[in-house]
Amino acid sequence: MDFVLETKNINKYFEKPVKFHVLKDISFSIKKGEFASIMGKSGSGKSTLLYILSTMDTDYTGELFLNNELITGQKHSKLSQIRNKNIGFVFQFHYLLSEFSVLENVMLPAKKLAEKSLAEIEHDAMEKLRMLDIEKLAHQRASRISGGEKQRVAIARALINNPSILMGDEPTGNLDSHNSENVFSIFKRLKEEEGLSLLIVTHDEDFAKRTDRIIQMEDGRILD
Amino acid sequence: MINWKVILNIAKTHLLTKMKSTVTASLGVTFGIGAYITLVSFMTGLNEMLDSLILNQTPHIHIYNEIEPSEKQPIALYQEFEDAFNVVNSIKPKQSQKKIHNGLPILNYLKKDKKVYGATPQLRAQIFYLSGSIELGGNLVGVDIMEEARLSNIDDYIVEGTAQDLKNSENGILLGAGLAKKMSLKEGDRVQVSTIKGDVFPLKIVGIYQSGIADIDNIQSYANLKTVQRILGEAQNYVTDINVKLYDINEATAMASSLGKKFQVKATSINEANAQFETGSNIRNLITYAVSITLLIVAGFGIYNILNMLIYEKMKDIAILKATGFSGTDVQLIFMSQAMIIGAVGGILGLFVGFVLSKLIDNVAFETEALPTITTYPINYNIWYYIIGISFALISTFVAGWLPSNKAKRIDPVRIIRGT
Repeated sequence: MDFVLETKNINKYFEKPVKFHVLKDISFSIKKGEFASIMGKSGSGKSTLLYILSTMDTDYTGELFLNNELITGQKHSKLSQIRNKNIGFVFQFHYLLSEFSVLENVMLPAKKLAEKSLAEIEHDAMEKLRMLDIEKLAHQRASRISGGEKQRVAIARALINNPSILMGDEPTGNLDSHNSENVFSIFKRLKEEEGLSLLIVTHDEDFAKRTDRIIQMEDGRILD
Repeated sequence: MINWKVILNIAKTHLLTKMKSTVTASLGVTFGIGAYITLVSFMTGLNEMLDSLILNQTPHIHIYNEIEPSEKQPIALYQEFEDAFNVVNSIKPKQSQKKIHNGLPILNYLKKDKKVYGATPQLRAQIFYLSGSIELGGNLVGVDIMEEARLSNIDDYIVEGTAQDLKNSENGILLGAGLAKKMSLKEGDRVQVSTIKGDVFPLKIVGIYQSGIADIDNIQSYANLKTVQRILGEAQNYVTDINVKLYDINEATAMASSLGKKFQVKATSINEANAQFETGSNIRNLITYAVSITLLIVAGFGIYNILNMLIYEKMKDIAILKATGFSGTDVQLIFMSQAMIIGAVGGILGLFVGFVLSKLIDNVAFETEALPTITTYPINYNIWYYIIGISFALISTFVAGWLPSNKAKRIDPVRIIRGT
């Protein structure tokens, strides 16, 4: 089977304030083109798991595979490259660089990757913006646009390097129902039209029900 | 793999959007470097002027005949008292002349030496300047004036008349400025001098000499060597001093001691004679550097502060950059390049400000009786001070930027994004 993401026996402890077993023997996988969501109560460890999957958190035991390649134990600089090329990330708060224009925000990860010329990157970025219907905002300052628009810009930025998987930490958590719907349909479309794999942490049951698969978490374990 | 274009672009955007902080930080460096350049140029300019005031009048090696008691008293040669403990009271100096024995052969020897830039004979005579019934004690120095003008900067101190005028006149004298004032004499007047023996000679004033040191100007005058020899009634080989100028001043001490041994004369080098000037210059330099470094450290703390604040403000941006694939090193370079840009811009501006201020000081009138050749404040435009200045600006901003940027490098993006 072709997995985009696979974990084997991931365990994580928080040392502070007291030793606490957050993630217990997490083993699961995401298939290519799958739209999965992680649900669970606050403190069930779902965000913690997501940040381990995103390669930003390296303080765990177990094994993590991305595109069937072992990620665990790689150097930080190598992990940065992997993140840059293979993982798109959307946060609950939009987290754009406020001093830069919308277009520059979207282009930045591609410039870092430096696989294409500046003109190509700009063309790609405009394409992503057009796909998300916000190409008119391209030259606005990122601090001057609305919350729903910011989230779409963040999605465009996550997609700019054509990643293997898009991860979201409650990407609709801070949006009204109209904008939430909008973001969901964008995700749906990306899965159907581009075959993108998605893994979204969410509190929103309606959102989760419409995904291909719900991964339920409780007390640091995945419920089957 | 470091993508400088992207890093510098982010650094530039940060700097431009925080214009106020950027300008404040740069001005801190500008002020520090500008003050350093001004201070060091002015202080070393003054130092050089003061040193040259004394040192240019001091030959590298001064050869003369010291009047002193014999080291071995005659009784020591007397064999019968060989084992005795001899006490001699009231020792008098050895009977000898003031002149240097074999003065002219020594002079010829020195002129042939390759290390010697030039050697001039002098004859120092104690005389009285007569003004009516008043007698003023003083010196008359007989010199080879053209050679003297070549080797020392005596020309600078001849405020009226020229060295050539003295050479051309048989009975000419370059009168000390203080003496001229006391006796109300001017160029073209006549002055009578009397030797210790009582012979009176009239001399024509062909110029006025002002060294800037009152104690010299009040007693000393110059005349041709031959004139003084004639006044004293001595032969043409009678010289009391030989002044030597070398190509390399550092050889003075070694050469002085070898000359002293070789010719049985007293030879002192400039280093022995003026050790205290060196000390004075060193201490003044020390003060200059202490003040400058303090200024630069203050500027460095300013940069440190501003970058630290910037990094706190940009926490989320840093987390985002890291989440989207920028490495810790990339983030550090972004903030380091901001520090270095501030340092470079501030530093170059500081050099410019320092140069302009030095120029201003250089043009401020500074006229004093003591220094006839100086009309404005002295400034030392040494390119090295500018090189040191910009290096220090870059080094201090590097250090000031290193600590905060290293913190930015180690920020954990997960903690920022999750808000814990």
